[in-house]
Amino acid sequence: MSPAVDASREPLVRVEAIHTYYGKSHILHGVSLEVGHGEVVGLLGRNGVGKSTTLKAIAGLVPPRQGRVLLEGQPISHLPPHKLARLGIGYVPEDRRVFRLLTVMENLRTGLDRHGVTKARKQALLDKVFAYFPVLAERRSQAGGTLSGGEQQMLASARAMMLEPKIILLDEPTEGLMPRMVGQIRQIIEVLHSEQVAVLLVEQNVPLTLEAGQRIYFMEKGEVRHEAPAADLHVGDAVIHQYMGV
Amino acid sequence: MDLGHLIQSIPFDQVLVQTVNGIVTGMILALVASGLTLIFGIMDVVNFAHGELFMLGAYVGVVTLAATGNFWLALVSATLVITLLGALIHVVVLRPLLGRDPLTTILATFGLSLVLQNYALWQFGPVARQIAEPFGGHFQLFYLDYPWYRLLIAGLSGAIIGGLWLFLKYGSYGIWIRATTQDRVMAQAMGIPVPLVLTSVFAIGAGMAAASGVLFGPLVGVNHAMGLDWVLKAFIVVVVGGMGSLGGSIAASIFISLLEAYAALVVSPAQAVIVSFVVLILTLLFRPTGLFVPTPK
Repeated sequence: MSPAVDASREPLVRVEAIHTYYGKSHILHGVSLEVGHGEVVGLLGRNGVGKSTTLKAIAGLVPPRQGRVLLEGQPISHLPPHKLARLGIGYVPEDRRVFRLLTVMENLRTGLDRHGVTKARKQALLDKVFAYFPVLAERRSQAGGTLSGGEQQMLASARAMMLEPKIILLDEPTEGLMPRMVGQIRQIIEVLHSEQVAVLLVEQNVPLTLEAGQRIYFMEKGEVRHEAPAADLHVGDAVIHQYMGV
Repeated sequence: MDLGHLIQSIPFDQVLVQTVNGIVTGMILALVASGLTLIFGIMDVVNFAHGELFMLGAYVGVVTLAATGNFWLALVSATLVITLLGALIHVVVLRPLLGRDPLTTILATFGLSLVLQNYALWQFGPVARQIAEPFGGHFQLFYLDYPWYRLLIAGLSGAIIGGLWLFLKYGSYGIWIRATTQDRVMAQAMGIPVPLVLTSVFAIGAGMAAASGVLFGPLVGVNHAMGLDWVLKAFIVVVVGGMGSLGGSIAASIFISLLEAYAALVVSPAQAVIVSFVVLILTLLFRPTGLFVPTPK
């Protein structure tokens, strides 16, 4: 691509007016947003407004029919998902989707066993996630399906970290977890942030999103309708009521 | 004569001979079926052309053996050639059907099996070809001169299946295959090149079928229709063992082959085949997930 593109001044991910469809139903109607390097960005909105689809479009799982997704200034929306993963887009889906019959270690190896990763680098990556999530080290030989919901969320996030991603797309991490586990999710996001990994967080949990995110986008009917710095927003605000119905 | 007398009238040494026969046939069947079950497990494709890959493997063996006189070279070249053919078939026939109704892949592989079978008939003619055993030694098994070769095939099949298991269990690509089997979308999101994995698995399954074709060639002769018997049995085994379960298929292969071997003591071998169908029907009726897999919760 053009050498004039200065990666350092480009946002990490730029989504430009993407439209996606499931069969004939039109889900995203021109979504545009940006995530900076190392930035934690929240994406709020009611159920069914297209938040998860936006993440899937960025990950290449539901390729946009119109519009573009750029990673550090390079268009990527024509690439298959496994190439996007190798370019640094980690995806942690709503239902976590750990490989249930694979052990914790094997789950991590799905992202770790790539070309060009030295043994020492692999060990360093494993040591790092095991230091952040000691419970995964304890359960390394246990099947992923036997972990609790919170542990599965840790595993799904640690697994995405094995790709040494530039951004992790985190889809409703608190979904299906007990309320007291929300602290753990907060910790996972902090870990990612401290590792300079950008996070695009889709959540229904407004307090968590406002606390963890730096900027918030609000979506409605397949479009981004509003954007605000998280610091300017509070749980009871009218804008939150308008877009979340709470 | 009642059943008790019937069983008592069978000499014990015959039972032992049939046990050995059952295990030998079972191991070959396991080699055919494990390729089939691997393919089914990862892509939900019922490969009706599997028997033809077995048959073509045997023919490549025949041709190589005629040219070089070396059985082991024939085994290796048949495996390699059919592995490549498997990859080609996957890319040309099956990859374009990805995500379509499973019926389309059934029809496509069934059509392919007819094409391959008729190609073999056209190319090699209707007369069965022979593959000579690589060595002719025998040992005394009661009243029989039992060929060492048969034990060797059982051992080799076991070794190939064991190698596959180790590869799936510990190899990086093995982990990719198992991850893709469990969740194809998530595997892609983890950077696993899923289209390549699917093609490789189909190719590996094809190569295993070809290897079994060459190994079994000396016992039955090679003809264009030989795949049919085997694929039918392999399907029974895959269903009885639990669709997609490698361990289940191996257990079911030996179980069914032993049952048939014992039944052949009482009835004619042609009638003994009925036993496998009875087992298939009972399995589908009472435990449709398979006999050799844990009860699903």
